[in-house]
Amino acid sequence: MIPLSHVLLLSGVLFSLSVAGIFINRKNVLLLLMCIELMLLAVNFNFIAFAYYLDDLAGQVFVFFILTVAAAESAIGLAILVVLFRERRTINVEDLDLMRG
Amino acid sequence: MIVNILFYVFAAVLVIAALGVITARNPVHCALFLVFAFFNSAVIWLLLEAEFLAITLLVVYVGAVMVLWLFVVMMLDVDVTALREGFTRYAPLGALVALIVIAQIGLVVYVRGLGLSADTVPVPKPDGYSNTAALGELLYTKYLYPFEVAAVILLVAIVAAITLTMRRRTGQKLQDIARQVSVRASDRVRIVKMDAERRP
Repeated sequence: MIPLSHVLLLSGVLFSLSVAGIFINRKNVLLLLMCIELMLLAVNFNFIAFAYYLDDLAGQVFVFFILTVAAAESAIGLAILVVLFRERRTINVEDLDLMRG
Repeated sequence: MIVNILFYVFAAVLVIAALGVITARNPVHCALFLVFAFFNSAVIWLLLEAEFLAITLLVVYVGAVMVLWLFVVMMLDVDVTALREGFTRYAPLGALVALIVIAQIGLVVYVRGLGLSADTVPVPKPDGYSNTAALGELLYTKYLYPFEVAAVILLVAIVAAITLTMRRRTGQKLQDIARQVSVRASDRVRIVKMDAERRP
């Protein structure tokens, strides 16, 4: 029997690792997107854990929708990234300052 | 008991894989570590009785989304060393933020107790219970409209991704359907009236 708090702590560790990843890899857009994927995974852990311990399938339905939106997000994000790379030949965040006022 | 051991083993490997994602030098390795993390999470989801979502995570996420990721990572010719600058400079800050977030979450989880006693055992499911069937029943009745919206979101994502990446190259040979259809016979064939000629 897995204690609920351990699952929540695991999800918290995953989430904070991905936050740290965003700080560490702040130049590479590709890795930033990967860290966001990891974050969504951590959030899904919470939903699954509560769906299990409260015996309520609504949490799993929500995870289903999160997976859908995450897939759409990564498809559009990668498309933008490919176009960006084709135009500027770089994905360094610091070079992408076209819209700075 | 065996479930506990499995949980801790896979949780440990999952955390190591996540560490790999954020510290690996090569973006391809990062993507592969992410795939590894997804595999471990799928096992933990299985232990938490979310069978359908575990398989969905493997089939849809690892099978489709991460393959797309790998394609893009390999297609972009990224100068990794330039992007790694500042890694050591920002690492302490990242570690600090991670520790703060972990401490906050730990406090919430342990101090508040969440109103659930840690030993509450979820009611075991009866024999023949199917997670997929239960989820499907819920999706197609109570959550029908959100489900349809999710389908529309996927359609929008497809259209957006294709329109973003499609480009017209110069010198490409393309059919212009409108011109083909609007062609008259008189544009292509000229009928000449002439007298019959005698064979020489």
